Order: sequence, then C-alpha cells, then structure tokens
Amino acid sequence: MGKISARARAGGFHPPQIIILSFVAVMMAVAVFLKIDVKTILGDSLVRLAMNGVLVLSLVPMFNAGIGLNFGLPVGIVAGLLGMCLAVNFRITGLSGFLSAMLFSVPIGVLSGGLYSRILNRVGGREEIAATFVGFSFVCLMNLFWATAPFGNPVMLWPIGGHGMRPTIGLQNYFGKALNDLWSVSVSGIRVPVGLLLSFCLLGLLLHLFLRTRIGRALQAVGENETFAALSGIDVRGVRTLAVILSTVLGAWGICFYAQSYGFIELYDAPLMMAFPAASALLIGGASGGRTTIAQVVLGTYLFQTTYILSAPIANELLIPEAAEILRMIVTNCVILYALLHRGGVREA
Amino acid sequence: MRRFNPVSVVFVVLCVVGWRCSGLSATFILNEVTIRFIRDGIMVLALLIPIAAGMGINFAVTLGATAAQVGVLVVVDRQIGGPAGLLLALCIGVCLSIVVGCAVGYALNRVKGKEMIATIVMGFLGTSLYQLVFMAGYGALIPSHNREILLSRGIGVRNMVDLHAFRNTIDQYWTVTAGGVQFPVFMILAVFCTAFVIVYVMNTPLGQRFKAVGENREKAELLGIDVDRTRIRAIVLSTVLACLGQIVFLQNIGMLNVYTAHLKTDIFSSAALLAGGATIEKAGVRHAFLGILLFHALFIVSPQAGQNVFGNAALGEYFRSFVAYGTIAFALILNVRHARRAPNAAAPGDADAV
Repeated sequence: MGKISARARAGGFHPPQIIILSFVAVMMAVAVFLKIDVKTILGDSLVRLAMNGVLVLSLVPMFNAGIGLNFGLPVGIVAGLLGMCLAVNFRITGLSGFLSAMLFSVPIGVLSGGLYSRILNRVGGREEIAATFVGFSFVCLMNLFWATAPFGNPVMLWPIGGHGMRPTIGLQNYFGKALNDLWSVSVSGIRVPVGLLLSFCLLGLLLHLFLRTRIGRALQAVGENETFAALSGIDVRGVRTLAVILSTVLGAWGICFYAQSYGFIELYDAPLMMAFPAASALLIGGASGGRTTIAQVVLGTYLFQTTYILSAPIANELLIPEAAEILRMIVTNCVILYALLHRGGVREA
Repeated sequence: MRRFNPVSVVFVVLCVVGWRCSGLSATFILNEVTIRFIRDGIMVLALLIPIAAGMGINFAVTLGATAAQVGVLVVVDRQIGGPAGLLLALCIGVCLSIVVGCAVGYALNRVKGKEMIATIVMGFLGTSLYQLVFMAGYGALIPSHNREILLSRGIGVRNMVDLHAFRNTIDQYWTVTAGGVQFPVFMILAVFCTAFVIVYVMNTPLGQRFKAVGENREKAELLGIDVDRTRIRAIVLSTVLACLGQIVFLQNIGMLNVYTAHLKTDIFSSAALLAGGATIEKAGVRHAFLGILLFHALFIVSPQAGQNVFGNAALGEYFRSFVAYGTIAFALILNVRHARRAPNAAAPGDADAV
C-alpha cells in the first residue's frame, strides 16, 4: 500500500488510469475526426461530473475507513429517492424543492445508514459482498413500498387506478434542472453550469475538511490499521458506524443531484446497479491503495463520465447504439475487477 | 436428530401461507415444482463444489450459463437441430466453460477470502463481453448463417431465439403420470445422477483435497496439496456443471432469451441452495434438493397470493425477488457471525459436508 501511495504522490498512473486515459484520447481523436461537436461534449462532461460526482463522493467515508467499496450504495440512493418523493408530494418547487428533498433525505439516510452499519459491523472482512446483497435486497424491499406508497400527488401515481408509484416521475414542474440552470454561463460556446459545479465543489470541500478534523483523522486511522487504531484508543465500531451513516446520507444527496440533473426520479429497480459505475469512477481516480482524496474522486469521475459521453455518439456513428452501453459496462467491471485482484485477498485467520 | 435450519423453516411457513392465499391446487404446484426441479436442479448442484472448497458461493456460474448459450447460438446459427445439435451445443459449451473456469479459478487465487465479490463482478463482466459479441459482433465480424436469428439491421442476434428444434428433446423420455402430476422420470434421474456424481467426486482423492482446502488452506498446503490447482479444479467443475444446467434449462424452456436468460441464474440458484439450509461454508445435496422445492414453490405461489390478498400480482413478484436477494444477504450476515463464535467448529472428516 505504501508503495502505491508513494507512486501516486510522485504523479505516476495506475494501469486503470492509463487505460482510461488512452481510451478517452482515442475517442477524442475519433470524435474530432467524425466532426462531432466537441464543445457540446465538454459542456456535457462538466454537467455529468457534478451529476454523478456526489454519488462517487459518497463512497469516500466508507472507503477511507477501510470498509471497502460501498456496493450497498442503493441503501443511500433509496433514502434520497424517498426524500425527493416527499418534496414532490408536498409540491415544493424550484431550488427550495431540491434543498428540502436533500433535507428530508437526511433523517431517512441516518436511520437506514444506522441499520446498515449494524449489519456491516457484523461481517468483518466480508463487507463488500454483504453490502452488495444488502443493497440488492433493500431495493427489492422498497419495491414493495413503492407499489403501495401512500403519496397523494397524482403526478407520482399510476394514472389508472391511482395506486402505486410510477417507475419514472418527471421533475420538470418541481425541481428538475434546479441546480443545472443556476448561474449557467456560456464560455466561448461551452455551457458551464456554475451553480451545479459550485455546489458539488462545496460538498467536496466540506468532506475534505471533515477528513482533516479529529474525527476524520480517526476514520482514516481505522482504515489504515484497525488493530493499531483500537490500541491508540479510537472507538473503531463507532467510527465505522459514522462512516457508513455519512456514506449513506451522501449517497442520498448524490441521487438528488443525479435526479435533478436528469430531470426524472427513477424508482423500483433503477438503483439496483448504480453502485458499480460509482465504484469504478472512484477506482479510476487512483484509489486502489486503500485511501482516496477528493481530488482523485473528481479526476476519476471526470474521466469515467467523459468516456460515457464520448462513447455514445461514436458508437452511433461507427457501431450500433447499444455498443456504447456495453463498452461502458465492460470498462466499469474491468476496473472493479482489476482493483479487487490488485488488492489481493485476506489472510486466513 | 438435526436441528432445523431457521431459513428453511421460514421458507416452509411462507410456502404454506402463500399456498393457502393463492388458492392454487396442490396438483398444479406439484407439476410446476417438478418442472422447475428438472430445469434448475443441475444449476443449483453446480454451486456445491466451490462451497466445499471454501470459496463460498460461486456467482460466476453465470459464465457457465453464458458458455452454454454460446454453444446453443452456434448450433442454431448452423441450423443443426435435434439431439445431434444439442450434443454439439453441449460440447462447445463445455469446452468454453473449461477455458473460462480456468481463467476464473486463476483470478480467484489472487483474492482468497474475497472470492464471492470477485465472482459476482466476473459474472457481470462476462455478460457484457457476451452481449458485445452477439449484439455488435454477430453479423458484422462473425458471419451469420441463419437469417432468422439476425436482426433486420444485419448486426446482432434477436432478443428471442426460438429453440423449437430442441424443445423438450430429453424431457419427454419416459414420463409417468401419477394423480394428475406428470413426472419426467428420465430427467429426474438425470438430476439425481448429477447429485450422485458430485457425492462420488467428493469421496475421491480429488474430493478429499477440496474438503481439505475448504477447511484450512494453510494446513492443506502443509499436507502437500497444491491449493491453487485444487481451487481452480473446483471452479472448472462448477462452471462445467453450470453449463450443463443451462443446456437442460434452455431445452426445457424451448426459447432462448439471448441477452437475459442467464442473468439471474446465480441469484436464483444460490438463493434456492440457501433456502434448503445450506450456509456459505457448508452445503450438501440434501440442501440443494430441499431448497429447490421450497424456493420454487414460493416462487410459484407468490404472484397469485399477491393478487388474491392485495389485489396486485406485482407485489408478489417484488416479494419473491426480495426473498431471493434477502436469503443470500441473510446467509452472508449469519454465517460470519457463526464463524466468529466458533472458529474451529468444523471438525475434520465431517460427514455432512456434501
């Protein structure tokens, strides 16, 4: 681990970063060759950075506390979905709608994060696989809730019968693009969503500052060496619980950012696989050493999302439309698999 | 007298309640459960050997299933029907699964103790590669010999491929009807036979090595067992069995959902195995058989029960996917707790392990 972080500090790149960088470079060249509008792509890449960035950011507390990649991100996402549904149900519009959605999702996130951390504290060493299935089963459990949810706003319910939530809820009359359009300026043809980027940066900065407080340092100490941290008087269990709750609440905010930018709330099975692209973005940033920084999160998300945007028009032009999505899935899973193999196994007790 | 497994008890209760609520006849359920027993039996059995070798649930059985689908697609592309085609598909699938199994086993040797999360990611990766080949490659780089399965744009296989040439090729041998329930005796015997082969393998020297590696890798190493090689063999066997299982599944369904048929094989088969009372460290044939019956009985009754009780069949469907994922999550949480409480509980030479 020490070797890797030393290399990262020296400005070296990990194999996943090299692959992604060359992938982006090749695609950029192809895009220019095919005369695809690069300015639009650059603008879109900034939107997508902030749109997905908070979800990636949410993985950081758990990752740095040594709990590993939070494949249980759907737990947080569902809390955020619930928060947004409440905001839509009370018909709060505009920026205040978005902020109240974030506010509503905090207690839900703290509650579900607390339960989730109790589970994760039980499964020492096997957190990632347990988190994956806790996330999956939580999404399925919430499907039962969505199908019977007692919400009153008819835009959220099935038009026929009026029972159960729709799979996608349009936000254009509520808080869709509330942040995207905030202080959006055009710089030499590239549309820069200043408000969106600023709020993403603010969250990143807050997390960065948190990691430098006493509690944040304790969290990273637990991540580095649990036994040593316990010996130096840190409440390991409490710190891990805090990390999980923080990750869950940030995950809830992440989906709020995502949904307002996308313009739709997606319920039911939509959160099922969302943890994997986020984990992949985190790893691309250079997190294979067991600890990550906010700068790495931004870099990883930007690179990952740029491949996302570039691949679609190119695949349309050269291959078939579906190829873009498949290639992205391959990149996502290759990066995660590489990180798992690179990190190696656990020693037998 | 063995202690009852809490998971199985919950399943029995759910099944009985669901059955009462659904109002389905016992004959119908028995018929359906029998069909699903022969359809999914081998896939569930494929999970046993990696568990015995201490690698946990092998979620990469999806790769074996994918290999089987590649074999079937090649045969359909060349329009070879009937038993000969099925045999050829099987050969291609098995060869491919051996190669894939070796690769998976090799990779898993780098992540000892964290095999399950690695296998699940490998399953996703394999699915994407398979989709890339048949959605973007077929018709473009791979020449197509059968226009019927080619999409009209000339690239990619259709979502649904009709396997009428194979449908129920081997299910229809030797069927017996008793009290309104149709028993495909040949296939039931085939599943039992697979189970017998697994029990037999576990008692050969190779099987003893699996168990030794599963109990304690370091001790096995001291005994002179090549741990890495043994683990690769366990995964190869599992992948080949999964391939066999998927061929049986496809010929029973008679349709190939090209891009989705293999997707949840890992979840459903491991949930079935765990429903039967297995854990991620110990699983036997009896767990597999009991589990298939319980899990699929619940699967059959839950949509109808949801319809009757809540007036919404979708609720039953959500409930059953929750049960599938929840069973696995529960087993993962429960098992580690047990392992912590009694680290040396597994006595050597335990007769129950398979």
